[in-house]
Amino acid sequence: MDKTRLKYLPSHEWADIQGDTCIVGITQYAVDQLTDVTHLQLPAVGKAVSVGQPFGEIESVKAVFDLNTPVSGTVAEKNLAVEKDPSIITADPYGKGWMIKIKLTAGPMTEHLLTLNQYEKQLAEH
Amino acid sequence: MANLRTPLFDWHVAHKARMVPFGGWDMPVQYTSVIDEHTAVRSGAGMFDVSHMGRLSFGGAGALDLIQMVWTNNAATMKEMQVRYGLICKEDGGTLDDVLVYRWSYGWAMVVNASNRDKIVAWLKKQMGPLDVQLQDQTLDTAMLAVQGPKAIDFCAGMFDADPSKLKYYFALPTRYKGSNCVVSRTGYTGEDGLEIMIKNELAVELADELLARGVVPAGLGARDTLRLEAAMPLYGHELNESMNPVQAGLSWAVKMEKEDFIGRQALCDAIQNSGKQPQRIGLELEGKRAAREGCQIQAIEGSPIGTVTSGSYVPTLEKSIAMGYVQPSFAHAGASLIVDIRGTLTAAKVVDLPFYKRAK
Repeated sequence: MDKTRLKYLPSHEWADIQGDTCIVGITQYAVDQLTDVTHLQLPAVGKAVSVGQPFGEIESVKAVFDLNTPVSGTVAEKNLAVEKDPSIITADPYGKGWMIKIKLTAGPMTEHLLTLNQYEKQLAEH
Repeated sequence: MANLRTPLFDWHVAHKARMVPFGGWDMPVQYTSVIDEHTAVRSGAGMFDVSHMGRLSFGGAGALDLIQMVWTNNAATMKEMQVRYGLICKEDGGTLDDVLVYRWSYGWAMVVNASNRDKIVAWLKKQMGPLDVQLQDQTLDTAMLAVQGPKAIDFCAGMFDADPSKLKYYFALPTRYKGSNCVVSRTGYTGEDGLEIMIKNELAVELADELLARGVVPAGLGARDTLRLEAAMPLYGHELNESMNPVQAGLSWAVKMEKEDFIGRQALCDAIQNSGKQPQRIGLELEGKRAAREGCQIQAIEGSPIGTVTSGSYVPTLEKSIAMGYVQPSFAHAGASLIVDIRGTLTAAKVVDLPFYKRAK
């Protein structure tokens, strides 16, 4: 996975935008922070999701976190394997650990998303 | 005010712990993974820095009288070197803290919760009156390490002048580590066999290094919480607080009405009479793996609110989502089907007997 091709949210979701589809997952940093993922809640296929709203949640032994939507659209596909076994996310967050595919609404806003450089800068400042 | 640091702070950081504020201290929440650390304690042995816990000593002819006055359990029937659990309550029965009391040949000691240390020291001084008691807070001069798990005693073999395998459960022994005085106590907060070691600050790092070299796994507050939850041990600030009395918390076994008067006695007598009217602590097993967290509402099957979750987590040994909470007494019986509102999702739950987990003897 070429991480420079991805866009990022400050809340540690990555977005892989290809044409009118966006694949969404969480970053290695998020995985390192979570360590023990016990539960993942993903939206149903066909559900409308919008920027600024959570599309699901991820839970570790200690706490639960919202998964934030990077681009508005409708859920075209969800990764049933990770929903069943969230440890896949820990093992391969940028590959087999993807969560949902969003079919973008026309003219999606992406200016709020960070480049890899910007995201890594934020991590360094953290 | 900056948080306090235990003598093992640098040791935790060097061993890649994630540090968090807890009860006025910076403490390790985990080193590698809560699940791995939890499992190490259930199958082998783990070590916890519990230096944040308050360690108080009592000398003087009035020490027993003071402890009897403020404590729900009976200190007069304790043998030398025995350790006993009990509560410190207000006049109205509300719980100020849950503590361990130690009886020595030369005096008494008490281990209190970190977040309650200042409050309890002030309370003791206020109740002391004219009694001849020398109360000393030794928390900042000493460290405390808990070694917990089925192999804890074996891993510690030969470390101390005395042999801790000879100690009975809930007994403690003053002994020496590397020539320096320490106390080894067969107690813990995990539901496993094990020791709690109180030692001078200067030897804390050496002790932690030796335990690590012997195969004891460092474990943080995260695992401590899931372990005590499986063992259904109350955590002050969650299952216990000043508006909750020990009777409704299911701790009547640690309240001794047959001893002389103590603060809160009348209120607790009333609480026993009225136990059918007060919310009761219960254990819940939930469907699925989602955790019920503190504050989640507990409902009857038809949807009426009947209580609140005080602690909950997905727990590694039982591989289930479990919780403790308080509900109206008519629902507080094993087998009752209830509902927990987990952030808007109504989740089926069943009342179960406590503890959730009990070690094989």
